[in-house]
Amino acid sequence: MTKACADQELLLGGLVDGELDAANTAMTEAHVLRCEGCREELERLHAVRSLIRGEGVRHQAPQALRSRISALPELNLKPANQNRVAGWLGPGLAGALAASLAIAVLPNGSQSVVEQQLVSSHVRSLQPGHLTDVQTTNQHIVKPWFNGRIDFAPPVPELASVGYPLAGGRLDSIDGKTVAAIVYHRRLHVVNLYVWPGDKGAARSFQKDGFAIEEWSRGGLRYSAVSDIPVADLKNFQKQFIAAAG
Amino acid sequence: MAATGNPAPGGDHALQFRQLVLPHLDGAYNLARYLMRDPTLAEDVVQDAVLRAYRAFDQFRGGSPRAWLFMIVRNCASTALSGQRGSLALVVHESSLDEESVRQLNEHPDGAANPEDSAIQADEALLVRSAIEAIPEPFREAVVLRDLEDLSYAEIAEVTGVPIGTVMSRLARGRAMLAKELLPAARHAEQTRSAK
Repeated sequence: MTKACADQELLLGGLVDGELDAANTAMTEAHVLRCEGCREELERLHAVRSLIRGEGVRHQAPQALRSRISALPELNLKPANQNRVAGWLGPGLAGALAASLAIAVLPNGSQSVVEQQLVSSHVRSLQPGHLTDVQTTNQHIVKPWFNGRIDFAPPVPELASVGYPLAGGRLDSIDGKTVAAIVYHRRLHVVNLYVWPGDKGAARSFQKDGFAIEEWSRGGLRYSAVSDIPVADLKNFQKQFIAAAG
Repeated sequence: MAATGNPAPGGDHALQFRQLVLPHLDGAYNLARYLMRDPTLAEDVVQDAVLRAYRAFDQFRGGSPRAWLFMIVRNCASTALSGQRGSLALVVHESSLDEESVRQLNEHPDGAANPEDSAIQADEALLVRSAIEAIPEPFREAVVLRDLEDLSYAEIAEVTGVPIGTVMSRLARGRAMLAKELLPAARHAEQTRSAK
């Protein structure tokens, strides 16, 4: 076995992790082409990485711990708050004020947190190495990849012919739920399509922090597409996706 | 740009906490489990960390709630570990990386292993788990944060409080140890087989 160059060790790791900038990526890739030792080292790194990322290596929080934490009294102030709001406002104050407060504090609060999480997740996914866990343009790889990782099966149509090539998929977490994120490209832009079980809520279209978001429900699944492409473009994506997903 | 996800001032504190922080319970447990190398201690650490995080939620200034929670998990784990350093030194010694001890660890397959084809996969996962547990800190946490939790170098630097260059060299060393444990095994076996 040929030895890798000592000065390339960190760069090879950065390359595998997608953490190098364009110049270093090009430089390291060029070096790997010339140097057999580093080529072997790169293969080893990829091999180790895929072993570590294999199924069953990451631990999941036991259900008992999950329930114990959800039941912690500190984290369960919600019912108490509702009572307090009702208790304070119910008898004395105008019903209209109570209603507007309740709307501002309760459902909107949670909805805007979800919206915020969608945008944060989208932004995070744009950082190097974060976009996809399974990176492929082949829908027949992305769809089975989700099997066993989530307990629902999102449709994964290929939309390259209408200008939205499939880039891959990953798991993400929105509002405490594990959701499927299917990644499409639109020219140089990224569309993250989050899918989770639930058909609550009508279709809606809005913008947050400069990102366009399209939400809709279909077949027991809730969809939320987030991107920095123009609203009309994202609406078209939604139309094409629904048409192709059936 | 990264400073999204600020808890709104005066919003429903507990509700926001549940929504921002609790989704990362699996990650917190996974990190604690690899830091503590014990399922019960890991649960204690996570519960402790969630409580501490809740009490400090006012000071959360946005950014990644996950990295923030991991930082607290890591602090709780190190407190828990320093309380039992005596027994710990017996388990984690840098020199305990020798192949013998890892092999011994690996020779305790799960009694309830699935007899079907998933057994091979489960065995492989067990092997990888014990190999990760066998590498010393701080290399172990770097590998766990990067390869299992998918944190960026910058986030790992934030969580572990070291510069990115240090993160890179820890990752390189940690992965080299894992490669030594996990990869040559298969190759050696092949070589011996073909040599016979």
